[in-house]
Amino acid sequence: MTLRSLAVSARYLSREECEAIAKHALSFATADETRVLVNSTNISNTRFAVNQISTGGDSFDAVVTVISKFGKRSGSASTNQLDDAGLRAAVDMSERVAKLSPEDPEAMPELGPQTYQQGVNWSDATASLDPTTRADAVKRITEPAKAANLVSTGFMEAITGAQSITNNKGLFAYNRSTASVLTTTVRTPDGTGSGWGGATHHDWSRIDPSALGARATNKARTSVHPVAIEPGRYTVVFEPTAVGNLVQFITRAFNARSADEGRSFFSLPGGKNKIGQKVVDERVTITSDPFDTDVASSPFSSDGLPTQRVVWIENGVVKNLDYDRYWAQKTGRAPTGSGGAIKMSGGTSSLDDLIHSTQRGLLVTRFWYLRPVDQRTILYTGLTRDGTYLIENGKITRPVKNLRFNDSPIFMLNNLEAMGVPERVSASEGGEPGQAIMVPPIKVRDFNFTSLSDAV
Amino acid sequence: MRDAKLVENAPKWADEAVQKLSAKSVDVGRYDLVLHPSHLWLTIHESVAHPTELDRAMGYEANYAGTSFVAPPEKVLGTLKYGSELMNIRGDRTQAGSLSACGWDDEGVKPEDFDIIKKGTFVDYHTTREQALWLDWYYKKIGKPTRSHGCSYAQTWAAVQFQRMPNVSLLPGDKDLGWEDLIAATDRGIAIIGDGSFSIDQQRYNAQFGGQVFYEIKGGKIVGMLKDVAYQMKTPEFWASLDMVGGPKSYHLGGAFGDAKGQPVQVNAVSHGAPVTRFRNVNVINTGRTA
Repeated sequence: MTLRSLAVSARYLSREECEAIAKHALSFATADETRVLVNSTNISNTRFAVNQISTGGDSFDAVVTVISKFGKRSGSASTNQLDDAGLRAAVDMSERVAKLSPEDPEAMPELGPQTYQQGVNWSDATASLDPTTRADAVKRITEPAKAANLVSTGFMEAITGAQSITNNKGLFAYNRSTASVLTTTVRTPDGTGSGWGGATHHDWSRIDPSALGARATNKARTSVHPVAIEPGRYTVVFEPTAVGNLVQFITRAFNARSADEGRSFFSLPGGKNKIGQKVVDERVTITSDPFDTDVASSPFSSDGLPTQRVVWIENGVVKNLDYDRYWAQKTGRAPTGSGGAIKMSGGTSSLDDLIHSTQRGLLVTRFWYLRPVDQRTILYTGLTRDGTYLIENGKITRPVKNLRFNDSPIFMLNNLEAMGVPERVSASEGGEPGQAIMVPPIKVRDFNFTSLSDAV
Repeated sequence: MRDAKLVENAPKWADEAVQKLSAKSVDVGRYDLVLHPSHLWLTIHESVAHPTELDRAMGYEANYAGTSFVAPPEKVLGTLKYGSELMNIRGDRTQAGSLSACGWDDEGVKPEDFDIIKKGTFVDYHTTREQALWLDWYYKKIGKPTRSHGCSYAQTWAAVQFQRMPNVSLLPGDKDLGWEDLIAATDRGIAIIGDGSFSIDQQRYNAQFGGQVFYEIKGGKIVGMLKDVAYQMKTPEFWASLDMVGGPKSYHLGGAFGDAKGQPVQVNAVSHGAPVTRFRNVNVINTGRTA
């Protein structure tokens, strides 16, 4: 390896390169319909632990996926060998698999040419990150932590890529995108206090490593020696990350077919769904907009359908569910074309305002190990982590031990007392960029905690 | 795949699904739990296998997977009481048909079988070559060679290899006890088959597990199916309550293909074996709610 391999700019395939590769693959195709996806991605990361960099990585891969259809039979094959032999082999394999496959009664024909808006999820600041600038960012967390006799760990990742879709019906879509994320956990050396800070955005210039480190450090210091409280129902002020942790599960339940077939919270008896019904507090509106730079996402989905702004819940009422092309056709609706991001309405209060207005309650920084318990009520379980505090008479008075909850974000948003100013959050447990989520801090009543944990 | 007997079992599973519709919602409280290996493998995975990873104990996974209550090594190795005398846990990458089995790990080390918990006492972590040296003082003290247990793994060419768990399994007991024997010995309990919802904190103290099928036990007999069952546990208390383990004939391997750890997140495949077991006086909650 030479140093040059680490110093080159982030790699991705250009529009012209994607188009040429796809046309080349299509030239080998004999199926009734063929779709070629070209996905090129450069993923770079820096990991740190015990106040120093522990591992780093930089990988580039370009993968071509061929989808072949003979009537209602379909198959697919992928390769990262982009020469003649590789593309021909992928097409041959895809077609062989298609011929061996049973007919899919729900198969949809390939889309013809589509019109796409220009994607807005690209950032030169993210694409230009290199090992040195990543190390500098990490240093802005590890150095202060070390100086304060605290122990920082964390992860920073930058993703630069391009995606294209081409088919033999004249469709061509291309978008280049970036993503970046930085999260850190700062702990006291004796392990009695732990704090967290994290942020993600397609634009790295929107992330401030020093601020994230300072937030985690403050929480580590103020969370030492937490006291036990009785589990039960509490008024809770959730920081935006905790809100994002839970609200994302509502959006994952938006699938229209699951609702119509009786398998979801959004189901109603008789094969109906809850579109038009009020399900949460009237102050809550949840939207997705691929072209909103706060929560930008791809201008098209993997089948080539253009994405668009979707209002899921407006003033507490379900306005839309997510219809794929098949289910839309079957139910006489238009396919949704959702970009998958989440933006939730908020208020004008600050987090401090929400705390000051609370007579007795808890402040939750974020949640961990969230798992579904009952999909029909979007009931989840999980635990608080990295900073849970008791609020008394409008002030944070002491750290408390972490708590397990069993509750639903639907119930939570029905018990809403107040909302603050929305902000972009890193709500993925694994620290990857994840779904783009922008939510406010909120205050709710009667959130259900069922047991205590000694974990710090 | 053949062991799963999918076609043979399909009518039984269909019948169980129908039974669930009229199952009784569980009364909250403390019960003796008779756990089938198809359920317990996941509890072992979360409450024993993860907390005994040495990199977690040393703080290297604090930002995602977390740390461990089985720490620091110098205070717990050879002394931490993890469970009852019946608790014997082994790490291996050799069991036939297991998901972690391999001839050599990603550092070229031939994995060895090793004790993790002996008669309820914690005795060793999973290690790689780098990590084994961190425990040199301990291995010298107990007269064992300082060598990796062969737990290094990377999911792809683009990932950094690091410590991933081997198969971590609960050993069967000497007595030839089976599922029916444990049911018959239980006065008031719940039998759980299959894994369900699972969640555990970042140091592996507090966990909650559901299941697939729950049966109420009264007077040594199954009297009907239950629903809305989950148990909450504190790891050392739970394993201390283990008072019956089945024999070798009841041993069964469960496992997962997508165990996640590290940043960027990597997944590996791992198995966990167990005999049938009984745990006393475990806290059971009711998860039923209406929208």
